[in-house]
Amino acid sequence: MNSAESFAELPVKPKPAIRRFHQARWDEPIIFELSQPGRRGIAVPEPGAPKVELPDSVRRASKPALPELSQLHVLRHYLRLSQENLGVDLNIDVGQGTCTMKYSPKVNDTFMADIADLHPEQPVESAQGVLEIYHTLERMLAEISGMARVSLQPGSGSAAIYANIAMIRAYHEANGEGHRDQVITTMFSHPSNAACAKTAGYEIITLMPDAEGLPDIEALRAAVGPRTAALMITNPEDTGIFNPRIAEFVELVHSVGGLACYDQANANGILGITRAADAGFDLGHFNLHKTFSTPHACGGPAAGACGVSEKLIPFLPGPVVDFDGSGYVLTTPEKSIGKIRPGLGVTPNIVRAYAWIMSLGAEGLRTVAETAVLNNNYLMHKILQIPGASAPWDKRRVEQVRYSWQELSEETGVHSEEIGVRAADFGVHYWTSHHPYVVPEPFTLEPTESYSKEDLDEYAAILAHVADEARRDPAFVKGAPYNSTVHKIDMTPLDDPKQWAPTWRAYVRKHLS
Amino acid sequence: MTRVGLVVNPVAGIGGPAGLKGSDGPEVQRAALARGATPRAGERAALAVRTLRAARPDVEIVAAPGPMGEDLLAGEAPSAALTTAADTRAAVHALRDVGLLLFAGGDGTARDVLDAVRELAELGCQAPPVLGIPAGVKVYSGCFALSPAAAGLLAAEDHDEYAEADVVDLDEELYRQGRVSPRLYGTLRVPAARHRLSGRKASTPPGSVEAIAREVVARMEPGTPYVLGPGATTQQVGRQLGLATTLLGVDVVENGSLVAADVTERDLYELAQDAVVVLSAIGGQGFVLGRGNQQISPRVLGRTKDLLVLATQQKLAALNGRPLLVDTGEEETDSRLSGHVRVITGYRESVIYRMECT
Repeated sequence: MNSAESFAELPVKPKPAIRRFHQARWDEPIIFELSQPGRRGIAVPEPGAPKVELPDSVRRASKPALPELSQLHVLRHYLRLSQENLGVDLNIDVGQGTCTMKYSPKVNDTFMADIADLHPEQPVESAQGVLEIYHTLERMLAEISGMARVSLQPGSGSAAIYANIAMIRAYHEANGEGHRDQVITTMFSHPSNAACAKTAGYEIITLMPDAEGLPDIEALRAAVGPRTAALMITNPEDTGIFNPRIAEFVELVHSVGGLACYDQANANGILGITRAADAGFDLGHFNLHKTFSTPHACGGPAAGACGVSEKLIPFLPGPVVDFDGSGYVLTTPEKSIGKIRPGLGVTPNIVRAYAWIMSLGAEGLRTVAETAVLNNNYLMHKILQIPGASAPWDKRRVEQVRYSWQELSEETGVHSEEIGVRAADFGVHYWTSHHPYVVPEPFTLEPTESYSKEDLDEYAAILAHVADEARRDPAFVKGAPYNSTVHKIDMTPLDDPKQWAPTWRAYVRKHLS
Repeated sequence: MTRVGLVVNPVAGIGGPAGLKGSDGPEVQRAALARGATPRAGERAALAVRTLRAARPDVEIVAAPGPMGEDLLAGEAPSAALTTAADTRAAVHALRDVGLLLFAGGDGTARDVLDAVRELAELGCQAPPVLGIPAGVKVYSGCFALSPAAAGLLAAEDHDEYAEADVVDLDEELYRQGRVSPRLYGTLRVPAARHRLSGRKASTPPGSVEAIAREVVARMEPGTPYVLGPGATTQQVGRQLGLATTLLGVDVVENGSLVAADVTERDLYELAQDAVVVLSAIGGQGFVLGRGNQQISPRVLGRTKDLLVLATQQKLAALNGRPLLVDTGEEETDSRLSGHVRVITGYRESVIYRMECT
């Protein structure tokens, strides 16, 4: 008697090969819509400290229009929202390619209560412990990247990239070369490099990939000139392919007086293997929320680390932390571009990143990279066995792969976004790609060191199952999600300034008035 | 969509497998049949219809008569009836009241549909939005879905936004001689569904073309004539200047005024001294010069001082790594223009891209 027959005797069925999942789907209003005048969550006791009289220049004319709710309703609201999310603590989060979703050790959160007691303006004499952490982490990141000095002042991602472009501008202006107004980047570098440089007023020149999927060095040769301020590049790029000629790229930019800036967003596969300084980069940054395990924070307070070579030290964002022989002091570099974040930066994540590195040591960091690369290549092997999936350019990959469903899509009419939405019915998801879709019908997977072989097997099995469904019943896949939160999103309004509303006030103005 | 029209060009694509590189004209169609070719448009249209019916059983499908759709709806095997461009146009006229018109064919069929839409406009009638089921040998136009199944699924959806998609066609005679020669004929109104249409028009964020045009206008210098080639991107340059420049012709503007519209090569030669030529790539093959803009001849180019190439990033991505192409007919000019060029992709944004001779 096989197991299926034995189950047939019982009032239960065997578990399906793919894990079942059903997510909460609350029709939850925006918190402002839940507000009732006069309702409150907590009565704040009178503070013992003397009342500070604010000058009229900074005093609001009217009270802020904050939502008014009881504690229970606040708690319930956010619990419901949390049930409608997926995330690294809940699911196999390898589909958020380029984002380096890894486990943030909970033990490191135990330090947060102490950190919360720090005041941003606290005298340095009484904050020596946290300043030592800053000082040590700055030097550890300098060691990891090979750069001469690091500032932990910026926020992460785009804030750090903006700090990079601000330093590039300050450097050229200090050298009487403020006329340099062009920034070169590549199609598969993080697009924030182009966006931040453009926001800072630069003209953007983008290099397309060549037939090998690498940025075209001949195109770079045609792009560089006296107007070149910098090359801002990611390596490995978002394809997961490492550019073996990166030192030549850097040299070419140096030959015309430009700076080479390294967005180390994809550093998780190269820790302890290669360094920014080895390729000759002048500056760059790490995202502590990617490589160094701190929470991503959904566009909130993640932390960045900008590293520079000797000649750019005077321009670093400040303050940075020095040791004067007897204690830790805050100093602002001579020609600093100034502060990016208030206070010292995002201290809780500085502490988490410090703790994570200290727990691993140098050898541990290299093991992180090797495990991430091994996981990625194992998953790639599994994904490429799914009929209709491919990875263009037949190249070795480092820590992630940008795959394509082109063949499956042409056969079934089902698109990559739709396959991703159907995958959410099984409790996983994936991200497609930045635009434009140079790889047709893309999906980008990045399994870091955090995931087990069983995790990767399960993830690949879900994608194989959905691909099979697309062949058998494309309309069913296109109708997804069925078991997940409603998240079939019409993205058209994102391009329409008349419709987008990043704040409640904008929403009221554009949609409710 | 509650009422969908269907027009099948039963001989579309018949020349492809027969090695004839197209199916335009009765002689080619007869030659293909003589070589034992079997029609494929009907099968591909049937796949689109099956997908549409499975997704939306409530949709009413109205077909053109006999082999142009009716037989297929009745479940009959596709036949290779020799229909003409006039038959396609007549079918579009007859089905003008549907919510969406599906047509199965290739670029030649798309041209016939475009002709019919223009005829309807002349008669004061509003033509329905259309969507191509790719079934021809040449499918370079932007009005086709990526596959028959994608066409069926798109037709099943309700649309409230539409976009203009290119209709391009190749000169089949030249194509048989090994020369790809796409030409822009105009645009058709299609459902504005991103990622689902064929190549070029897919996923272009609104405003991209306007941003490119703004960059061109920002670069314009007084006293310099600007030669605007065919296409929607270059036409947008004219629009931003408040000028009625043409979609398909070559126009000359200077100091914010339209100097000449839809010029001939001879006229252009007189006007081109120290001019800047502004061009966008035509069709999916990436031709910048020598296709659809032969007015801009080697001797005209010899008089000009600069060439600006325009394309959205999406258009360059759709080339799939293939270079932009020039074929002016004069080797020296072509090789002078070859190499890496800066393609304007937005306001203060460009991409360095290879341009080669054919």
